[in-house]
Amino acid sequence: MLRDVSLQVPAGSTLAVLGRNGAGKSTLLRILATLLRPHAGDVLVFGEALPRRGFAVRGQVGLLAHDPLLYRDLSGRENLSYHARLHDIGPDRVEEVLEAVGMRERADEPVRLLSRGLVQRLAVCRTVLHAPSLLLLDEPLANLDPAATELVGPLIGRDSGATRVLTSHDPQAALAEADVVLGLEDGRTAFVTSADKVDAAAVKRLYV
Amino acid sequence: MTTYGRGLRGLSLAAAATITVALALVFFYAPLDADQGFIQKIFYIHVPLAITALCGFVFGGVLGAMYLRTGERKWDIRSYVAIHMALIFGVGTLLTGTIWAKASWGHWWVWSDPTLTSFLIVMLLFATYQPLRFSIEDPERQSRYASVFAVVAGAFVPLNFIAVRAAQQYVHPRVLTLTGGNLPGSMRLTFLVSLVGIALLYVTLWKYEMAAKSTRMQVRALRRALLGEDSVAPLKRSAAPS
Amino acid sequence: MRTVLTVLRKDLLLELRGFETLPAMILFAIVTFVIFHFGLNQDTIDGQLAAGVLTVTLLFAAMLGINRLFVAEREQGGFDAFLLAPVDRSALLVAKATALFLFLVVLEVIAVPAFGLLLLGPSLAHALPGLIAVLALGDVALAVIGTLVSAIAVQTRARDLIGPIIGLPLLLPALIGMARGAGPLLVAHGSSSPPGKWVAILALYDVVFALLSYAVFDFLLED
Repeated sequence: MLRDVSLQVPAGSTLAVLGRNGAGKSTLLRILATLLRPHAGDVLVFGEALPRRGFAVRGQVGLLAHDPLLYRDLSGRENLSYHARLHDIGPDRVEEVLEAVGMRERADEPVRLLSRGLVQRLAVCRTVLHAPSLLLLDEPLANLDPAATELVGPLIGRDSGATRVLTSHDPQAALAEADVVLGLEDGRTAFVTSADKVDAAAVKRLYV
Repeated sequence: MTTYGRGLRGLSLAAAATITVALALVFFYAPLDADQGFIQKIFYIHVPLAITALCGFVFGGVLGAMYLRTGERKWDIRSYVAIHMALIFGVGTLLTGTIWAKASWGHWWVWSDPTLTSFLIVMLLFATYQPLRFSIEDPERQSRYASVFAVVAGAFVPLNFIAVRAAQQYVHPRVLTLTGGNLPGSMRLTFLVSLVGIALLYVTLWKYEMAAKSTRMQVRALRRALLGEDSVAPLKRSAAPS
Repeated sequence: MRTVLTVLRKDLLLELRGFETLPAMILFAIVTFVIFHFGLNQDTIDGQLAAGVLTVTLLFAAMLGINRLFVAEREQGGFDAFLLAPVDRSALLVAKATALFLFLVVLEVIAVPAFGLLLLGPSLAHALPGLIAVLALGDVALAVIGTLVSAIAVQTRARDLIGPIIGLPLLLPALIGMARGAGPLLVAHGSSSPPGKWVAILALYDVVFALLSYAVFDFLLED
């Protein structure tokens, strides 16, 4: 349940959403991803109002959440091909992203045989496959070793050029990348500021 | 908020009056059936109950479609009430039907009767409506899925009757044919009055229940507004929309 | 259309990899024939009885498939993946119904000859064209209603129970159609074409429910 959350995020910038488990971070991301309906209020993504114009938004949004959204019995390549076809993208793009995360050799193994770190890399591939302009990242670096973290940087990091909304268990890491910060507490806004004006004490209070 | 209470007294009186007149006609005016005797008169309750129940189910489907179209909760509540009233009338139909069957054919249940069988199938289907609602906790999803069910099941009613009727010999007295009925005059009048009476009863009960639910919701909303969020206890998980 | 093929391809691929649902359906059907043999205590059956046995067996085998239809989505978060794509959501219905239809066809290719071998008295040969027509129409009904009911059930708490209890009454007219359509075919020297009345009812049922399901399916997926 989210109430009274109100803010604007300029294109190309990064919004960090901070808060404890259950504060409503994932809910916010799911609403932006058009997976949940907002019951009241206005949600505008790239100027399109949700939920009515959800279909116009979908192709431009990439969601990376707790669930990698990959079929475990299929291989990485097959999973990505499936997503590529759903988004009407050619197979070359699949190879491109696999190459970018260093997964080309292991892309034909069934996902259930891969370690969590590798699955996360594939999940990143899935997220950026259709080159979305809005990235919704819920704990994107979970399970990734430093090498992998470096590899996914250009895809989902600040250099990607996309507008990003990200959450993280580590508030400091999130703050380091953010332009705007939203603090959520029990589904309500605790504070909204630009990153340089963030009050460290307020952040701490969120996690107490 | 629509006021369901408006006109309710008049409606109740009309329903009560019509039913009284119908009963009078049944007992004193309609002829005694040569074969079946007095028990045949249960027909004047049984068939109107059946027709009203079936129309109620279809009505529930239409209301469900309105919910899907508009997303307004009130349509879902109306649909819910329509279906569960129709279920009650349906149970009445089955009970009066078996009494009549036993009395006139000697069996409590006759498979070779298409109308009874069709009706049973429809009841079996709609009996799943409340378990379905109950098994979905999220209220918005509950309303949505229930409406989808209502629409599909409502469309099912006529189709089911066509199929079953085609399948079986005609043991059930064919009272209403496509040509509009082959009842002799006095029976026809009694039947029609009875039908109107039971239909009015359905509408009256529907309105009553809608009024009760609507009032309860308004009270809760007022309490919430006046006394704050916490003064209203959250409703337990239930099959009924709130 | 492209979406339908994409999803269908994925589902067939998954079944090929996992290979659980179809073998279970086939095995179930054959075991059921054996049970009927003993339960009815007859070496061979024909006519309406045979048609009834065949229809009921196919129905319950279909129920196995129906319960499993959305299992990959449910367990592996697949619904979200589909919902995030800029595609027509009713394509999921068409794809799943087609997949189920194909499973039923494969099931029947094996189960019907098995039926002819194990239980049926008269030869199948002359009945086959008519039987195929009746079964095909019946399969469409099973596929459409099965998908609809499975999609409803997957979001409820009593998943495996809700599907059959809603689906079975809904399917009754189609089942009656299948059984009554096949009955006259399964007799020695019986006709080769099924009674027109039943073909018409099956076709009507298929058209009405296919259209209806297509119209309402979107409402089941949105959240």
